[in-house]
Amino acid sequence: MNFSGARAHKFTESPVLELRLPAWRSRLMALLILLSFAVLIGRSFYLQVLNDDFLQKKGESRYRQDLEISALRGRISDRNGDVLAVSTPMKSIWAIPANAPLETLVKPPAKPPAKALLSAEQVRQLAGLLEMDDKELERRLASDKPLVYLKRQLPPETADKVAALKLPGIGQDREYRRYYPASETTAHVVGFTDIDGKGQEGVELAFQEQLLGRPGSRSVIKDLRGQIVEDVESIRLPRDGKDIHLALDSKIQYIAYSQLKQAIEGFKAKAGGVVVADVRSGEILALANWPSYNPNNREHLKGAQLRTRALTDTYEPGSVMKPFTVALALETSKVRFDTVINCAPGRLTIGTATISDSHRHGPLTVAQVIQKSSNVGTAKIAAMLTPEAMWNMYEAIGLGQAPGLGFPGEVGGRLRPWKSWRPIEQATMSYGHGLSVSLMQLARAYTIFAREGDIIPLTLTRSDGTPVRAKQVFSQQTAREMRAMLEMTTQPGGTAPKARVPGYRVAGKTGTAYKVEGGQYVKKYVASFIGFAPVSDPRVIVAVMIDEPQGAHFGGDVSGPVFSRVMAGTLRTLGIVPDAPVVQAAAAGHDASEREEL
Amino acid sequence: MARFINIALLLAMLACALSVVTSQHKARKLFQAMEAEQEHARQLDVEFGQLQLELKTWADLPRIEKTAREELKMRMPEADRIITATAGGR
Repeated sequence: MNFSGARAHKFTESPVLELRLPAWRSRLMALLILLSFAVLIGRSFYLQVLNDDFLQKKGESRYRQDLEISALRGRISDRNGDVLAVSTPMKSIWAIPANAPLETLVKPPAKPPAKALLSAEQVRQLAGLLEMDDKELERRLASDKPLVYLKRQLPPETADKVAALKLPGIGQDREYRRYYPASETTAHVVGFTDIDGKGQEGVELAFQEQLLGRPGSRSVIKDLRGQIVEDVESIRLPRDGKDIHLALDSKIQYIAYSQLKQAIEGFKAKAGGVVVADVRSGEILALANWPSYNPNNREHLKGAQLRTRALTDTYEPGSVMKPFTVALALETSKVRFDTVINCAPGRLTIGTATISDSHRHGPLTVAQVIQKSSNVGTAKIAAMLTPEAMWNMYEAIGLGQAPGLGFPGEVGGRLRPWKSWRPIEQATMSYGHGLSVSLMQLARAYTIFAREGDIIPLTLTRSDGTPVRAKQVFSQQTAREMRAMLEMTTQPGGTAPKARVPGYRVAGKTGTAYKVEGGQYVKKYVASFIGFAPVSDPRVIVAVMIDEPQGAHFGGDVSGPVFSRVMAGTLRTLGIVPDAPVVQAAAAGHDASEREEL
Repeated sequence: MARFINIALLLAMLACALSVVTSQHKARKLFQAMEAEQEHARQLDVEFGQLQLELKTWADLPRIEKTAREELKMRMPEADRIITATAGGR
């Protein structure tokens, strides 16, 4: 701007047009522009260098993605590896109702909606694939919830067809469905999971922690077509749930279940349970329960069907407790196996109460008291024992304590402290009334006689040869004497000839107990039989309990035959060598003393 | 001399750059193949579970018993007709 004077004038340089602005204005402008540049540079410096996380993340999110890696729930299998519960992938179909408006619901004068509509035809197609009623589907789609499940646990093939319809606002998720191939046979042991894969009952609940898989996640780079091109990092490795190997043997379980079912139907009984346990390892080879249910279809499930009676129900066991009383008397040298107890006249009055035998007996040896199951004889033997000694013995054989299998809902039964026992109560307890146990506890207690006087814990899972923690309760001598007495119950003159197994020597004890309803004994019975075989080297314990049989009610008649068939099947399945002369006619000719163990 | 070295270095750099590109490409191809195989492995695992299920359904014990008894007319042998064979010959 150094024009001087009016020496030469182009019209653009006309002095009239010349702006006479103060110099500071242009400087101010220049300064402002510079400043704003400085701010921009500062801001970009801040974003790119000082605080670059945000943009970095935004940038990465364009090509990088975190993927969830699903983990499978562990399988449950029996001791031979046959699966009892397995998960397979399924799809669930959901809808966001706001994004899937129904044509029928949009009122005619309304302006055309921006999003696509589900036509009646599409709804019909979808309903057909989901096997749902059109109306029901429309009702769900009209819901004002942010997200509704249309159908869960859909086979993947059907889900693919749904996806092919490309309906707006309809999406799908991967989920798992649990299948139980052994169905009602193992329903109670295995249990089931809910729709979200969480254990609800049985082993599924007891081993929830181990079975549960932990989903992992990883971060990947995807290309334009959505294909994964690079693994950036693995954030968390997925961990599949652990497989659980149960001690159960499917075959034995099936034999136990079908025999129990047959007997319960035959005697029109209310319920029942069978426990088969391995004497050496304490493994539970079968745990059958009736009534049962199909775990694959639980629509009409009732609470009563769910109970695993052998574990969660206690009952007054009755005569199956007698051997323990007698064993304690033998152990403390109060009696010998051939001591004679006078059981006549089949009644015994203690205080104001009278106990009686169902069959009248005269003088019986201790062994015969067991063989013929005399209440009076047992009560007289119990009178020689102190309440404290009896209580200690009951405690040692596991009464009043849950058997510790880790099974949901297992109970310990009732055992009152000895200080509050009255003499009549001590007498009734000696033959199994006035205390309560579960079938599992009894099966465990009988390991004492099947083994050499020691008790072992039972286990639901395959133990694979881990040594058992045995606890000595009675001496070896007592256990052997008791085995001989218990074998007599299945021989002529005993209470359970029907429990015999051809080809094997079996020992056991019947139990016929009155049920208590509202504090009173009523004419309803629990018939049980617990025994083991082969007597020469016991391998298997079978415990049978049948609740409220009709027609017959003696343990030997109701549960004895079940015991016999389950035991025969179990011994055959395990390939255990027979230890008795096979032909019964020939056995009669043998000298009986040959079969005596004493 | 210096020019010769420069050209040589330039060529070497170009070669390196191109090999980086190819190896990156190969890596991605291999990675995709691996992904596909892993997916396949997962699917096979799922299929294994389903086959186990199917096996159990066919080998269902009630079904075996029914077939044996009804179609094949099999029955339990009497106890006196069972002979147990042991390895020791006892």
